[in-house]
Amino acid sequence: MKPAPFEYFAPDSLEAALDLKAQHGDEAKALAGGQSLIPAMNFRVAQPTMLIDLNRINELRYIKKNGSLHIGAMTVQSQAEHDDLVAAHAPLLHEALPNIAHSQIRNRGTVGGSIAHADPASELPVVCVALNARMLARSRTGERWIEAREFFAGLFATTLQPDELLVAVEFPAPPKHTGFAFMELARRSGDYAMAGVAALLTLGSDGKCEQANLVYLNVGDGPVEAHQASAGLKGLKPTAARFTEAGQIASQKDLSPFGNLHATADYQRHLSAVLTERALAKAFDRASQIKRS
Amino acid sequence: MAKTHSINLSINGKAYRNEVEPRLLLSDYLRQEAGLTGTHVGCEHGVCGACTVLLDGRPVRSCLMFAVQAEGHQLMTVEGLSSDEKDLHPLQQAFWEAHGLQCGFCTPGFLMTLLPYLQANPSPSEEEIRSAVSGNLCRCTGYQHIVDAARLAAEKMHTP
Repeated sequence: MKPAPFEYFAPDSLEAALDLKAQHGDEAKALAGGQSLIPAMNFRVAQPTMLIDLNRINELRYIKKNGSLHIGAMTVQSQAEHDDLVAAHAPLLHEALPNIAHSQIRNRGTVGGSIAHADPASELPVVCVALNARMLARSRTGERWIEAREFFAGLFATTLQPDELLVAVEFPAPPKHTGFAFMELARRSGDYAMAGVAALLTLGSDGKCEQANLVYLNVGDGPVEAHQASAGLKGLKPTAARFTEAGQIASQKDLSPFGNLHATADYQRHLSAVLTERALAKAFDRASQIKRS
Repeated sequence: MAKTHSINLSINGKAYRNEVEPRLLLSDYLRQEAGLTGTHVGCEHGVCGACTVLLDGRPVRSCLMFAVQAEGHQLMTVEGLSSDEKDLHPLQQAFWEAHGLQCGFCTPGFLMTLLPYLQANPSPSEEEIRSAVSGNLCRCTGYQHIVDAARLAAEKMHTP
């Protein structure tokens, strides 16, 4: 057997899962899709003594539009990837989803699992920050909404409390004249990306940049925002030269990648600059195509 | 020994009932408990795709699931494609004819990935096939003959 022994619970209601969480806290690790946790257990990097398998909790599998887009935490990624509501109301998420590992992994991996795992190399935390998503956390005693920026707390860490479970994610609609792009680069299809970016660009009625959001993966200990690069675009007419400059500012001033086996820190900076430029151009193009009413 | 759990599941249409430790991976269960050694175990952390099986019709990594999680589900392994080596499934026949394998270790994973894909996509392009099998590693063929086999299989599977 590869994984170390553990006690296993598979509650069939959220209520029962929250009772177990209240009773066991951090001792009990939530098992969502398991596509990150089980490999870690196979290597015995992770040796949880107790697992609460959430896969029988069907009330956590849904995608619905209720003002904003709401996705239940146990919705599998491949379902979200092919969902019309996601494509229509969170196109950035739609564009990012196929970049998550391989189709076989997305058939099992969940939207909430990936977010709660808070891997800096993951796509979904970056998308959540870019879109100002909110996470719904539940415990036996109540529920609370957590802004994406407040949710991620460093390497594989979130602000979820030991008795809480992430139960849903809400994606508010961005302002109307907003274009988007998600881009990443990996050595091989499905590998962890060496760098990646989610870009949102909102145009004002004068055609100038009203707001730019640039959020990066795998260049820090969580989703990293390029505040200086975004500020440099605000209030100006978007041009190719300004996108290049934004890439330079982001990669030199906003980001501090660690470097890894597949890419040195310098190379990650270089990639981030190039991806920023391309993603902004694509986002601008998309924003320009939205008709003014 | 840790507490065991009783599981009931269907594999290739046949009912199975076993007592398993929760830490037993589905891949090891299939090979060691169910005796279905067609499912191959490669990397055991979700990268190589050799252990791909169908869970309720969809390809998943059997090394990234515990057997206990298969309770109540329907599985299909490579053994479910054909019960007789003289009467191969069109997908297997296509791999045979187009030399879609050399050592054969990765083949069950490729077949189980391609089966639902080709059922849903009758005439995929080369690029689409390469994308569909991008989660499966082959160290022998260089993939060219696998792509050829997938194309041939698409034709065979959709010829009445």
